[in-house]
Amino acid sequence: MDIFVQTKNRFSRFLSAFFKKKRSRIGIYGPPNAGKTTLANRIARDWAGDAVGAVSEIPHETRRALRKQDLCISGANGHSITIDIVDTPGVTTKIDYKEFLEYGLDKEEAITRAREATEGVAEAMHWLREDIDGVVYMLDSTSDPFQQVNIMMIGIIESRKLPVIIAANKIDLPDAAPQKIRSAFPQHPVVPISCLEGKNIEELYEQMVHSFR
Amino acid sequence: MLQGVQIDLISQESLENMTSMEKIHLILDKVRQGTIVILEKGLEPDEQSKLIEMTMKEILPDDFNGIEMETYPSREEGSFLSRLIGRHSTSTRLTVIGPANQLKMIKKDKDQISAWISTR
Ligand SMILES: Nc1nc2c(ncn2[C@@H]2O[C@H](COP(=O)(O)OP(=O)(O)O)[C@@H](O)[C@H]2O)c(=O)[nH]1
Ligand SMILES: [Mg+2]
Repeated sequence: MDIFVQTKNRFSRFLSAFFKKKRSRIGIYGPPNAGKTTLANRIARDWAGDAVGAVSEIPHETRRALRKQDLCISGANGHSITIDIVDTPGVTTKIDYKEFLEYGLDKEEAITRAREATEGVAEAMHWLREDIDGVVYMLDSTSDPFQQVNIMMIGIIESRKLPVIIAANKIDLPDAAPQKIRSAFPQHPVVPISCLEGKNIEELYEQMVHSFR
Repeated sequence: MLQGVQIDLISQESLENMTSMEKIHLILDKVRQGTIVILEKGLEPDEQSKLIEMTMKEILPDDFNGIEMETYPSREEGSFLSRLIGRHSTSTRLTVIGPANQLKMIKKDKDQISAWISTR
């Protein structure tokens, strides 16, 4: 390589390191069981190169929110985004350890699990105010989108002026009604998907590149 | 003595004179004692977010397992145009908050919230 080109390359590498844009952090929020972790895993599988992408627990933070760093997602038009994906525990206003007893845990385990869950939710709420640049809000298309927690969360996200995509998940199920979600949140892009089967997932990636750029 | 549940209705005026933290502490203190709180005017989104966070930190096994909250649907969010220019108000209205183990929401539509309250 010509010395001139070499120098130029080195210089632009230096520049890009120097002006390295902060990766945007995209939070996956939504009620419990909507499919947030399934989506986070699929995104990591689809886009993590060999360099990064393993699911890793954040040290000294909640044991329940997972972060997958430095994912580059590209769309059909050649645009791409580099993001960290933050998978959060389902947001709720109540957690009763007794519910965990039904899954065969003993009381002590159930209490520990409930405490971890409360810490995870508190932290997810905190991050939403401090640390998140965009949101994929996950809903199960087979359940009522008008639940108070969804209305509240979308209101909180809107008040922070964060870009949001609503993923209407589980469209593989016969009683899925993604159009109900569309009419509940007409002000935001709604993408019907099946995280389990991968149906329409490309469309979600396109929307992410578009909304989070 | 009369058995029952205390319900506190808090006026818009007094809410407007409180800071966010004062409101959140007031709500959580009351709810933790088993009181149902009805706010004449709802919380701001940021206050809702902090209320959820604080609630999570207060949860204690066999003592307090969180809150139930329902907000009366907010007024029409304004025209498409006002939304477009970013001026849509998110003012929330009548809000009912209570301990999750005592307050169950039955039904909500645009005119009415129905809730069921049990004694402890
Ligand atoms: N039928 C169907 N089930 C799904 C889909 N995505 C997730 N699930 C299931 O829903 C349950 C909850 O998923 P999970 O990702 O743990 O939800 P989270 O609590 O939001 O993280 C699991 O049993 C998943 O297998 C989907 O697209 N279709
Ligand atoms: Mg999960």
